[in-house]
Amino acid sequence: MTTAILVSILMTLVAASTPILLAALGELVAEKAGVLNLGVEGMMLCGAVAGFAVAFSSGSTTLGLAAALLAGVAAAMIFAVLALSLNANQVATGLALTIFGIGASSLIGAGFVGRTVPRLGPVFPAALSEHPWLRVIFGHDILVYLSLALVIGVGWFLRRTRAGLILRAVGENDASAHAIGYPVIAIRYAAVAFGGALAGLGGAYFSLALTPMWADRLTAGRGWIALALVVFSAWKPGRLLIGAYLFGAVMTLELQAKAAGVNWLAPEVLAMTPYLATIAVLTMMSIGRRTGRLDAPACLGKPFSAT
Amino acid sequence: MTSIITRRRLTFGAAAASTLPLVGRGAQAQAPLGVGFIYVGPIGDHGWSWTHDQGRLALEKEFGSKIKTSFLENVAEGPDAARAIRQLAQAGNQLIFTTSFGFMNPTIQVAKQFPKVKFEHATGYQRAENVATYNARFYEGRAVIGTIAGHMSKSGQAGYVASFPIPEVVMGINAFHLAARKVNPNFKTKVVWASTWYDPAKEADAAKALIDQGADMITQHTDSAAPLQAAEQRGVFAFGQASDMKAFAPKAHLSAIVDDWSGYYIKRVKEVMDGSWKSGDVWGGIKDGFVKLAPFNDAVTPAARAAAEEVQKGIVAGTLHPFTGELKDQKGEVRVKAGEKASDEILSKMDWYVDGVQA
Repeated sequence: MTTAILVSILMTLVAASTPILLAALGELVAEKAGVLNLGVEGMMLCGAVAGFAVAFSSGSTTLGLAAALLAGVAAAMIFAVLALSLNANQVATGLALTIFGIGASSLIGAGFVGRTVPRLGPVFPAALSEHPWLRVIFGHDILVYLSLALVIGVGWFLRRTRAGLILRAVGENDASAHAIGYPVIAIRYAAVAFGGALAGLGGAYFSLALTPMWADRLTAGRGWIALALVVFSAWKPGRLLIGAYLFGAVMTLELQAKAAGVNWLAPEVLAMTPYLATIAVLTMMSIGRRTGRLDAPACLGKPFSAT
Repeated sequence: MTSIITRRRLTFGAAAASTLPLVGRGAQAQAPLGVGFIYVGPIGDHGWSWTHDQGRLALEKEFGSKIKTSFLENVAEGPDAARAIRQLAQAGNQLIFTTSFGFMNPTIQVAKQFPKVKFEHATGYQRAENVATYNARFYEGRAVIGTIAGHMSKSGQAGYVASFPIPEVVMGINAFHLAARKVNPNFKTKVVWASTWYDPAKEADAAKALIDQGADMITQHTDSAAPLQAAEQRGVFAFGQASDMKAFAPKAHLSAIVDDWSGYYIKRVKEVMDGSWKSGDVWGGIKDGFVKLAPFNDAVTPAARAAAEEVQKGIVAGTLHPFTGELKDQKGEVRVKAGEKASDEILSKMDWYVDGVQA
């Protein structure tokens, strides 16, 4: 295998992993605060369509990214009002948000089908970003570096800061956190908003960076993979990073193997390897622990009302 | 007039049924003819389902207030489809187009319950008194773009982003490869199965993998324009699928196989109106206007252009059949004898690759 192919595979791998990593990291923070938002796919689609629409209309990819972030937050706020303020069932509300996101993005995007925008470009100057092998490190766009920085940032926030401790306390024992005087609902709103923002950016990664166009259901189910990754990571940002890149690697290598003529495996078998890997890892984790709860935040998915 | 019914409304609201307009039995003679469509994907896919919807829009343009069309999109293949088809039949549609292979059994099943309603099933092989089938000979278009690829590929390798190994797709791969090999005897066609009809990011990654492995011509049998964008980004050439996709890849897009169902749809609606509709099987190609080629890019060399036009003319005149023997499969077994043309029967059951295809 030549260096050129290896470099190219790595570039594809990073690009494939980034949107999943962004969305999963946002969901991880929301879940750490005790909120299970299954609407990741819907929020991603809202971000994808808003980012594309604004980038197409304004000609600015930066504005597009900002719009995607806001659209993700807006979609998350629908969930927050229903599930946090009105105490609707979180699972049902999250699923409804996904269905809503699919429909709303399709409606908004109807006028943009068949259009395209300039691809989100690399951050570093061409000397580095187009270098034959240095581009593995310097050839990416802003969201790739942002996602990596956020993994460190979120890890530091959750483990090393007072605010992070409070957020975790809200997720582990909402009644106690409330008794000490922390605003449980407000903190959860913030966590859900953060999740929405990252899901929006993750969605925009499809419509602005990976495949700069709008087509219905552009994210094709990556939001569900992001949700699975949060469990896979046992709610730890570092492990989430590994999981996202592992997943990206399996997806990329599957296609590379086929292109290289590896045909002793049926294509269907290759296509299901990422999912098999997820199931296998989840099983190993639960066998290893036998606690039955995989370190999930204790109040995950439970409604809270201050009484 | 259009009434849009989404599958979601069907799923979540039984109430949807009562809101559907009933134009069936009680309708007056002047009532518009109801024409229903079932799509497997979203009409916003800019691919397969989109082209069928373009056909529906052409009907509205042609007949105006004399017809009333409605459609259901994102209908899953399988048992759920029967419910969707029945819904359209109950709503008073007299002609219903079910536009994906997997709707075959549900269409036959519902057709039995509504003997007066006429059904048209795309790409299937089961017919009934009130169920006709229709399909397009896309492989004719693939032979034309294969000719261009054979002329223009420098590496002598094409990358094929494919969905599932069903006869329709296998036929397209073989037609493309045979045409390219006629130009360049050492031509190689590498296939990557994306195992999906629609996943833009994955389709793009598949195209990138093929380009990494040396392909400088990308063609596809999946629904999104993503492989073209990948080709544009990497500076190789590509061909569009189902519709003209030049907007996505102005430099890379050499041509595209364009599906055009409007002619057939208009003809069949007219026949229902004047009572001459009959069940049957239509498999139309370039000659019948079912399959068209998007305008060639300026980058297409004069030699490639001339050869492609030659192939196209030969197909229309009937002097050239893309599957003319001798054709051997990968094990070296002769599948079509020298000088013979593959019958429609052989084509519609094709499950073998001609040698030189890496699938």
